[in-house]
This record gives sequence, C-alpha cells and structure tokens, in this order.
Amino acid sequence: MGLLDLFRKKPSGSAQTAKERLRIIVAQERAQRNTPDYLPVLKREILEVIRRYVQVDSDAIQINVEKDEQQEVLELSISLPTDER
Amino acid sequence: MAEIIVVTSGKGGVGKTTSSASFAAGLAMRGHKTAVIDFDVGLRNLDLVLGCERRVVYDLVNVIQDEAKLHQALIRDKRLENLYILPASQTRDKDALTPEGVERVLNELKEEFDYIVCDSPAGIERGAFLALYHADQAVVVVNPEVSSVRDSDRILGILASKSKRAEENAEPVKEHLLLTRYCPEKVEKGDMLSVDDVLEILGIPLLGVIPESEAVLQSSNAGVPVILQENSQAAEAYKDAVARYLGEEREMRFLQPEKKGLFKRLLGG
Repeated sequence: MGLLDLFRKKPSGSAQTAKERLRIIVAQERAQRNTPDYLPVLKREILEVIRRYVQVDSDAIQINVEKDEQQEVLELSISLPTDER
Repeated sequence: MAEIIVVTSGKGGVGKTTSSASFAAGLAMRGHKTAVIDFDVGLRNLDLVLGCERRVVYDLVNVIQDEAKLHQALIRDKRLENLYILPASQTRDKDALTPEGVERVLNELKEEFDYIVCDSPAGIERGAFLALYHADQAVVVVNPEVSSVRDSDRILGILASKSKRAEENAEPVKEHLLLTRYCPEKVEKGDMLSVDDVLEILGIPLLGVIPESEAVLQSSNAGVPVILQENSQAAEAYKDAVARYLGEEREMRFLQPEKKGLFKRLLGG
C-alpha cells in the first residue's frame, strides 16, 4: 500500500460485489417468476420426444414466454448437435 | 375503513417482530387504534417483545377454532391504550390456521380497529402466506445483505401474484421498504450494501432506515417496543417511518456515520 492510499478513502468493494451478484440473480428469478407453472414439465417432455430422434443435452432447449398486451408467445429454441447433420 | 398491513421479509431474523411491535406501537402512539397479530404459529414471540407473555390466555388459533371470543384473546398493552396484541398459538399443528378462520378474525378486527398489523413468520409457507393474503399494504423488512434482499424480492413476487388483491385484480398491495440493521460505517467502508443499492435492486419505495442499535436488544430484553426508548436513534427512525406511512414528509436520518468529536475519541467512545 502506497503512502497516498492511506489518505484516500478506498472502498474495499465487497458491497459492490454483493450488488452485482444480486442484480443478476434477482433479474433471473423475476424472469422465471412470470412463467407458467407447467413450463418445467413441458420442457422435460419435449426433451424426451426429441431424444427419441436426436441425442441432445438438457440445456439444448430454451423456453421463453413473452407477454405483450394482446398475446402470450411461447418461444421454443432447440439447438441440435452439429455432428448429427 | 380499517387497513391491514403485513410486516414480512421471507428471511428470518431480519427484524420482522421487532418492526411489527414498534410499527404497531407507533401507530397507537399517533392515536390510531391498532391491533398487532402474531402469525408465527408454533413459534410465538411477539408477546415477549411486547412484554405481555404472562398475560396470554387465549390465542389466534383458539379464536379461529371457536374456543374463545376475539375479545378474550386480545391483550391490551399496558403502556399504550390504543394498542392490542393477538398472540400466536404454540400448537405444533401447522394446519391450525385456516384461510376462512383468518378472514373471519380479520373482518371482526376491522370493525373496531384503524390498523391491523400482521407479523408474518419467516419463509413462504402457510403462515407467511396467510399473513400477507389479506394485506392492503406491505412493509417489507430487509437487511442490507445478499440473502435478505433476494428473499424479499421473492416475497414481493408473492404479494404481486398470490395476495387477495392480486387474485381479485384489485389495486395491488402497496409495498414499502424498511431497511433495518443499517451500519453507515460499514456502508462508508464499502462493505455493506447502501440504501441506494437496495432500492435500485428491489425498486420499491423507501419507508425508513433503522440503524443497527444496541437499543433493539435492550428493548427486547425488557419487553418494551424499541420505539418507546428515549434517546435512541432506532426509536427515532421508527417514529419517522410511522410518520411517513401516515403521509408525512420526513427527511431520512442516521444514514451517515456519526462524527466523533475529539473529546469522545480521546475517551475511546
């Protein structure tokens, strides 16, 4: 520590880390909160069907529900493994 | 028209019961007839914090199960004539609280009281759910600490989706943030989330900031709500919070570390 640092108020920053971590986890949990309860089961069943044909990882499926004023959109995205093509 | 206020947090040990006791006492001090209900069935504690543990005869569950009249179970505070306490039961039966029973008790209280403060248990189980279900307003007690902030955000989600107001598509439960155990010294050092940090993450209006204070422990030891302590920053902060709840404007106090004078420093105070 330099001599100047002694006179400078320097936050040690653990609160900053806490804030960043919280921002991410809270945003993630809020996004999940607004999804229907059946989503995890739906995801599992779709995965089972796909696996009858193609071997994919469980994280290969992304499901999102988006709401706007008129409608709800269920967005489903499946990435297939490259070597299967 | 009586108003139902839930004091909730998700996480345990953040100061819900302390805050319920002082908030209810504060409303009573301001002349409003106030009842405070302990919803923590099996782990009754509000009676101890308010110093009426030896006067408990009947409790919330007795009233719900028609074993006692509401008036037999309500305990009138010895210091504040407008304050009444409805203690929780010590039964281990988790299902003792029923939604219909709670509703009946609340409706009966509404006829007589201006404010009904519901002291929620920790967690998101039945007791916590029933405590918040009927709320018109919610005081969310948060410590400037990661797990407390995260859990309170979950509670905010439940208030927005599972409360009676949410179910009936009525005006949403009005949310207030009460930040407790705040240490301005640690915030200045960068080791504690600041008021602004917590506000930015949770995004609900600030009702008050209660500084960490020895007075809180001393008051609960004595069975006196901390708001009744004299010369205590925590008491002043609770009084400010109650005033703000009632619509007054009060500047936030005790957010900066106390400046120690030379004399105090020499004495090591």
